[in-house]
Amino acid sequence: MNKVSYPKLGSYSVAIQYFLTHVLENEILPPKEITEHTKELGNQYSPDFVCTPFKYTLGTMLEGIEEGATIFFQMGGGCRYGYYHELQEQILKDLGYSCTIINLISGGNRISYQELKSYPLKIRKRKLLSSFWTTKKMVLYMDKIDDYIRKNRCYEKEKGSFDYLREQMLQEFSKTKGFLELRRTYHKYQKQFFNLPRKEKKKRIRVGLIGELYTLMEPNANEKIESFLNAYGFEVKRYTNVTYLLFQKKRKVKKYLRKKLVKYRMGADALDNIYHAKELCEQGYDGIIHIKSSFCTPEIGAMPILEKIAGKYGVPILFLSMDLNSSNTGFLTRMEAFCDMLEMRSQ
Amino acid sequence: MDKITIGIPRALPYYYLGNFWKYFWKKCDIDVVYSPNTNEEILTLGKNISPTEMCLSMKIYLGHLSYLDGKCDYLLVPRIDRYDDQNQTCTNFLALYDLAAHYVETPILNYNIDSHQDLLDGVLELGSQLSIPKMQVLKAYEYALKKDEKWKKMRALEQQRQLQEEGKKVLIVSHAYNIHDTFIGGNILKLLKEKEMKVFFSDYFDSTKTALQARKLSKKLYWKYSRESIGAIPLCKKVDGIIFVSTFPCGLDSLVHELVMRKLEKPYLNLVIDDLSSDTGIETRIESFVDLLEQS
Repeated sequence: MNKVSYPKLGSYSVAIQYFLTHVLENEILPPKEITEHTKELGNQYSPDFVCTPFKYTLGTMLEGIEEGATIFFQMGGGCRYGYYHELQEQILKDLGYSCTIINLISGGNRISYQELKSYPLKIRKRKLLSSFWTTKKMVLYMDKIDDYIRKNRCYEKEKGSFDYLREQMLQEFSKTKGFLELRRTYHKYQKQFFNLPRKEKKKRIRVGLIGELYTLMEPNANEKIESFLNAYGFEVKRYTNVTYLLFQKKRKVKKYLRKKLVKYRMGADALDNIYHAKELCEQGYDGIIHIKSSFCTPEIGAMPILEKIAGKYGVPILFLSMDLNSSNTGFLTRMEAFCDMLEMRSQ
Repeated sequence: MDKITIGIPRALPYYYLGNFWKYFWKKCDIDVVYSPNTNEEILTLGKNISPTEMCLSMKIYLGHLSYLDGKCDYLLVPRIDRYDDQNQTCTNFLALYDLAAHYVETPILNYNIDSHQDLLDGVLELGSQLSIPKMQVLKAYEYALKKDEKWKKMRALEQQRQLQEEGKKVLIVSHAYNIHDTFIGGNILKLLKEKEMKVFFSDYFDSTKTALQARKLSKKLYWKYSRESIGAIPLCKKVDGIIFVSTFPCGLDSLVHELVMRKLEKPYLNLVIDDLSSDTGIETRIESFVDLLEQS
């Protein structure tokens, strides 16, 4: 039977793996961690000035093929994401692999069940609803815990205690049997996170993270920027996560459009980011970091407006454009300078 | 009351809707100011205000915009989101209105085409903002559409006729706003003319035909203007070579052109134009491509 795999996106592969193993009878291969090898593979076969998520996902697919996967899921989305799969399929075909890539969202529309059935997948219909519900809740819990970690990891007494506990929680999540067990685990770990020893707070420096979704959510694509900021002693706030994108975005965008700061939707997450930046400024955050993959068109369009807003409120903003660099020295220099500046400003 | 003037930047949507607007405003009895063809001054204007990573076509648009700022009463910055889900545009077109409002101080006319809307809705919106009687707007719309369609039909027929003629022929696949811009496409066309090549433009063909033909190359493509440009390739079977022209770093072309190039069997040349001051690189590449075509 065909083996199924999917590109990696942060630790969400735990939830995706859970969902797919319960819904499909096919064998599911979890994607490998993104390494230098993945980047090299992706870079080698991609067109020159395509945005970086294309290269990362192509790299993971090529690694999946080595393991024997023949069907891939690709998320798709509003901007160029929705068109990735056709070119990626062609590239893989030219390399001599015959694979199918199933695109879930294309041109703003979700894939229909009828279309999904036309692929060589064996779907367990009866399990569909219950596992969807559990997965949705799992993602929600993961995002909640992650939000908590971003805010509190900077005060940890023992270095790495938060990360270690998170790793344990994810492992238990992946072995969960149903929604009730999941909820129990969540509450257990919530308490444990709450009771972790931490240093006393002297002064709070808070940084908001906004930008393009893939680069934000995949720690290997953004040089682990959250851990970096936390290690500096900064609290981090990030709006974009899967819960937001799938279940809240539609409602929020409608609300934002009524506020008339920007008149129309600007493609992908550009509009959301503009309002998030404004919200961060109003809540008195010390700095904003806008991070995107290089050549991300919607975010480039939002940049001048973001700059204007940040300037109006007097909040420093740093624009980072991430590419598949082999060295992270440039990134480190810019980040360190920015963080030092924030520290000096707060004194 | 003084007669008002409307400024239209000669970039991006101008190349799709410009002819229509010319007739429309004439019938509405309103003066129109166009920015000049793209030149060094406009490019530097655009480059100075835009983020470095922005695509060259967009930089040029912003240049035109700031050139017209203050020289007219209203600016016409259309926002074309999508005609329907399968006919979307680049995200730069989506952000055009808000970006323009960010840069210029002249009031901007609201012209918006979102899903389930078409040209008429946008035009009616324009009319109500300038308080032109609805009847006059409708009449002008009918008139302009007829004129525009006739012009496009003539253009397509002329191209079809030339396809039957003898000589070496080259098809240029590109967005209309790239190849017809004097800065981006001007030099390429001049060079090809010097070499006595017959040049065909992908956007001169009938857009309904090309949109259908594009399915042969890419089934899932949902961008309107990309589809119309690559659809010209199956139509031109008698062409000797194909030149792809895109600007750096165009989001759509980076994927679509790559896909099409992988499926092509004809000789092709991929030109990516950056805002460099020297054209030597492009010259060399075109010359060698033309030599290759002449030998075959």
